[in-house]
Amino acid sequence: MSGGFADLRIRARQSAGLLTAIGLCAALYLFYNLNHPRGFSSAVLIQNSNEAFALAMVAMAQTLPVLLGGIDLSVGAVLTLVNVAASHVMNGGPLDMALGAALCMGLGAACGFMNGCVVVYGRIQPIIATLATGAIYMGVALFLRPSPGGNVDADLSWAMTNDLFEMAATYGFAGNGEAAWFRPFAALPTPLILMAAVAALVWLPFARSVTGRTVYAIGSNEGAAYMSGLPIARAKLAAFTLGGFLAGLGGLFLALQTSSGAADVPQAGAYTLNSLAAVVIGGTSLLGGVGSAVGSLFGALVLRAISFNFRIFEVDPLLQPLIEGMVLLAAVSLGAVRVLRVRNTLDLFR
Amino acid sequence: MAEASQRAARIALAGVSKRYGGVTALDGVDFACSGGSIHAVLGENGAGKSTLIKIISGVVRPDAGEIALEGRAMRFADPASANAAGIVCIFQELSLVPDLTVADNICLADPPRRFGLIDRRAQRRRAEAALAAVGCEDVNPLLRVRDLALSRRQLVEIAKALARDPKVLILDEATSALTAADVDKVFDVLRARRDAGCAIITISHRMHEIEAIADRCSVFRNGRHIETFAQGARGPSEIVRMMIGREISAHFPPKPQKRDRPAPMLETRGLSWEHSLSAIDLTVGRGEIMGLGGLDGQGQKELLLALFGVLRGVRGDVLIDGRPVALTSPTDAKRPGVDIALIPEDRKTEGLLLGMSIADNLLAASLDRISRGPFIDRAAAARAVEDGVRAMQIKIGAPSDAVATLSGGNQQKVVIAKWLMTRPRVILLNDPTRGIDVGTKQEIYRLLRQLADEGAAILFYTTDYEELIGCCDRMAVMYDGRIVRELEGAAMTEHAIIASALNIDAQAASGARA
Amino acid sequence: MTDAVQDAAPRRRLSPEDRPVVIAAGFVLAILALGTAYTLWTQGTATLLSPTYLLQQLQVGAFLGIVAAGMMLVILLGHIDLSVPWTIAASAMTATAVGGPFAVPVGLAVGMGIGLINGCGVAYLRIPSMIFTLGVNAVAQGVMVAQTGGFAPQTAATPLMQYLAVGKIAGLPAAVFVWGVVSLGMVVLLGRTAMGRAIYMIGAREAAAYLAGVPTRRVIVASFMLCGAASGLAGTLLAGYSTKAYQGMGDAYLLPAIAAVVIGGTHILGGRGRYLGTLVGVILIVLLNSVLSIMQMPEAARQVIYGSVIIAMLLVYGRNDKVTQ
Repeated sequence: MSGGFADLRIRARQSAGLLTAIGLCAALYLFYNLNHPRGFSSAVLIQNSNEAFALAMVAMAQTLPVLLGGIDLSVGAVLTLVNVAASHVMNGGPLDMALGAALCMGLGAACGFMNGCVVVYGRIQPIIATLATGAIYMGVALFLRPSPGGNVDADLSWAMTNDLFEMAATYGFAGNGEAAWFRPFAALPTPLILMAAVAALVWLPFARSVTGRTVYAIGSNEGAAYMSGLPIARAKLAAFTLGGFLAGLGGLFLALQTSSGAADVPQAGAYTLNSLAAVVIGGTSLLGGVGSAVGSLFGALVLRAISFNFRIFEVDPLLQPLIEGMVLLAAVSLGAVRVLRVRNTLDLFR
Repeated sequence: MAEASQRAARIALAGVSKRYGGVTALDGVDFACSGGSIHAVLGENGAGKSTLIKIISGVVRPDAGEIALEGRAMRFADPASANAAGIVCIFQELSLVPDLTVADNICLADPPRRFGLIDRRAQRRRAEAALAAVGCEDVNPLLRVRDLALSRRQLVEIAKALARDPKVLILDEATSALTAADVDKVFDVLRARRDAGCAIITISHRMHEIEAIADRCSVFRNGRHIETFAQGARGPSEIVRMMIGREISAHFPPKPQKRDRPAPMLETRGLSWEHSLSAIDLTVGRGEIMGLGGLDGQGQKELLLALFGVLRGVRGDVLIDGRPVALTSPTDAKRPGVDIALIPEDRKTEGLLLGMSIADNLLAASLDRISRGPFIDRAAAARAVEDGVRAMQIKIGAPSDAVATLSGGNQQKVVIAKWLMTRPRVILLNDPTRGIDVGTKQEIYRLLRQLADEGAAILFYTTDYEELIGCCDRMAVMYDGRIVRELEGAAMTEHAIIASALNIDAQAASGARA
Repeated sequence: MTDAVQDAAPRRRLSPEDRPVVIAAGFVLAILALGTAYTLWTQGTATLLSPTYLLQQLQVGAFLGIVAAGMMLVILLGHIDLSVPWTIAASAMTATAVGGPFAVPVGLAVGMGIGLINGCGVAYLRIPSMIFTLGVNAVAQGVMVAQTGGFAPQTAATPLMQYLAVGKIAGLPAAVFVWGVVSLGMVVLLGRTAMGRAIYMIGAREAAAYLAGVPTRRVIVASFMLCGAASGLAGTLLAGYSTKAYQGMGDAYLLPAIAAVVIGGTHILGGRGRYLGTLVGVILIVLLNSVLSIMQMPEAARQVIYGSVIIAMLLVYGRNDKVTQ
């Protein structure tokens, strides 16, 4: 039985989490813009994208270990470490910066790879392995930058954190941004484009590869994956490495956004915990095997949209943490609706 | 064995041994299976069958001996290399990934690719072809395996194995959850593969299936290969004797003479739940063994779960010893005054705490009985453990050993012993002898009859007709969530069960064999 | 008659449950030796081995120890409690605000109340504990910030709170006594009661425990309540130690508590572990911190060493079996 409509229904049901996240994000952001004095303007969109990028990257990074059925408590630390490294190397001539960027991305991937090695070859559970490696990465970050500072190329920083028009203008292509063919794209914020690019060019190919599917298989039933001859070790290492790489991208962008590097321990912790919330809101199951990094990306956008809404409604700053907390709690409790509908108690236990 | 060596055996083991700690799983085994034949491997749990196929399929490595595939010596580091060499195994614990789709599962290890990524459309076509080959066209390849019934999942597992076009195909209890009709379709496919040259090794505890499908049989006992013979060369009781090493006279314990209708212990009135159960009216008397029959998935499992308080939103009444009871959780079902016990379907995930010791498992349902106030009475606990081990004659090293070290039959005995400690008045069993060796099965049958004689009411679901007829005093055949027929005494025949199971009128059925 | 009902194997040889405890204890001795060598070299004294020093370490460790005890219960179930930081802070702030003779009971009650919420969310709503307790932590923070205006509450800790935290009973720090009482309670609960047995069973396999008639939901709620109470107690004591409560006072206790439990041999997925191991784990972490302070290690190096020690210990005994089937 493979009618087109039946297929669509099945696919929709299976993507319920992702669709909910997208819907929630759209609703919140629409609400925000409707109530913002300068809503639906390019400037607001650019500022929002800047603020969302790092969390979006970290959320995508956290998705991979969660799909395996584990968790990565070091994503915030990797973000911080690469941030700090970027504040050292993202300056100088174009070649220097290109190498610097490559170094930063490599550093993120290397941290992820080390996480993977501890988990795969050390056979230690991810939660406690990444707790420990996170401390190590934080320590190295503190060593590299005991106090905030650094030097990031101003042009690159400007180009990356504004719309495409500014990027074209800074680097002199597409007629300094004035070219006619470029016009429809000019107002798009660069961070938004980068987010979409990462999702489309990094995540989606991975998810469609055999290694990516193995990651899902491991999270769902590792024994079955092994019996079927899937490359377990390779998939786990790839997942953690990719996670580190994505977290590193977030740190690199943070450096461009703030033009400095800071080994801020509480901030790293906040990114890690928020990445978990974003992953859950985005529809990925903490038990593994189900979900998508695209969902986590939207989960991050949902979290950010909530805090944007706070700003415009001038909520008493003393009440903000409480409301944020309650919204977070409510968001993750959405899954409880499923429980009320379950009729066979055994289905509640995995 | 001379015939096997004439056609160079497709797969041959020579002098293979495997030891796990102090236990010898295989002891100098020689075994061969030729292409174009279906070879059944028989033996009790602990005889070495599982180890044999794990070695052939690359899951474990032998301590000694050689494996030869088509005459060439092979060494498999892992299942992937065995698969690559053309050896595919369908394990008892399914190797399907629950959260992936059927199509993903069928093409799991080696999907069709385009530009390095998985080609979903080609994969779906391949899956549809594989499903059609086992007669499973009704399953949409886009569905997640998790959402399929157990019998469909087994068929997908078989489809997945066949899709790899193996040189050697191994089936380990691969048909245990299938209906008779599904089994026939699968057997047709297997015969076709055999005729095309595949070597097929099958492990099953169902004699009638082996008689239907196998060309040759090998018997294993205590890790040794006892004998290989052509199917039909040895009678069933001879085979059983070879497997157990001793004579088995009666298969089932004798049933008591017909007496007056016993006092009802368990009664349901109008029990309904979702779409799975409708208006079930059932009575099981004191000292009766009542069987539940019918095709798989007609509500038998749900009925047992409902009687144990696992299901929510159950309508209707349940009466124990004449008094209505509320069953909202297993804690309710277990409590003194109600005294219901359930031996669940899957002993590894529902019946046992695999990470814990035998003693801990035995005491799992009796914490309140061995406690004084909030504290555990250690002496009472130790006594209870000893009694349990002795009563069920469970073969263990020490009670503090991990329960995972026991064989399947002994593990099931632990599950049963755990519940006997609570002195239940109503005992529910969900396919208790699946995947268990003949010797332990016999012990369980005897135990059930003994418990019934002591006054318990037993409700017993099994897919094995022989068991149903041999053990039960009465039986209820279910179809589509209802009881369509109750049978008793001489009326309990395989014919009658099948006819009711397929919801065919008894008269019409006599002209049409299912 | 063999003692068949222990949660560890008979003591003929080192069981898999005892190994982590022994190894952790070995590490403790190693750290002491290393530190002593350092002080001998730089100052010529073995300050680390003096009773005053060791008692002081125990006093500091008492706070972490109480939190780790509660955390162990929840980890044994196969869950985790990430609401510890703001449970500690909320209990401390409420206790100091209430003051008087009810300060300590109120602190405990606040902790229990948060634990009750956690337990209900995990047991009845079946929300993964990692994310639910995270949310509860955020809400607790929100409530406290709203209540206190974002500043540290001005009310001081009551004399009893200060006494329990800093005072001495018969020459030993009172805080250590409190820790001792908590530890005794843990040993009895885990080793001798039906609830303790049920905790291990639920951690081993919740479905099987449920089908055996164990009241799983009640046990989970009770365990989270005990964990919350432990955090509440620790928070109350901490307020006594610093004579007042302050924002973020619980943040430094979450990850070390988890680390202490895991280093002590409790499996992070639940079902296995001995309380003695958690005790040793707490002592190890406290000593490590202290020795690194004496060596005047910069924060950067401390983090690296902290992480490396955890990995090293887990490599020795925290490893899982290879997945073969």
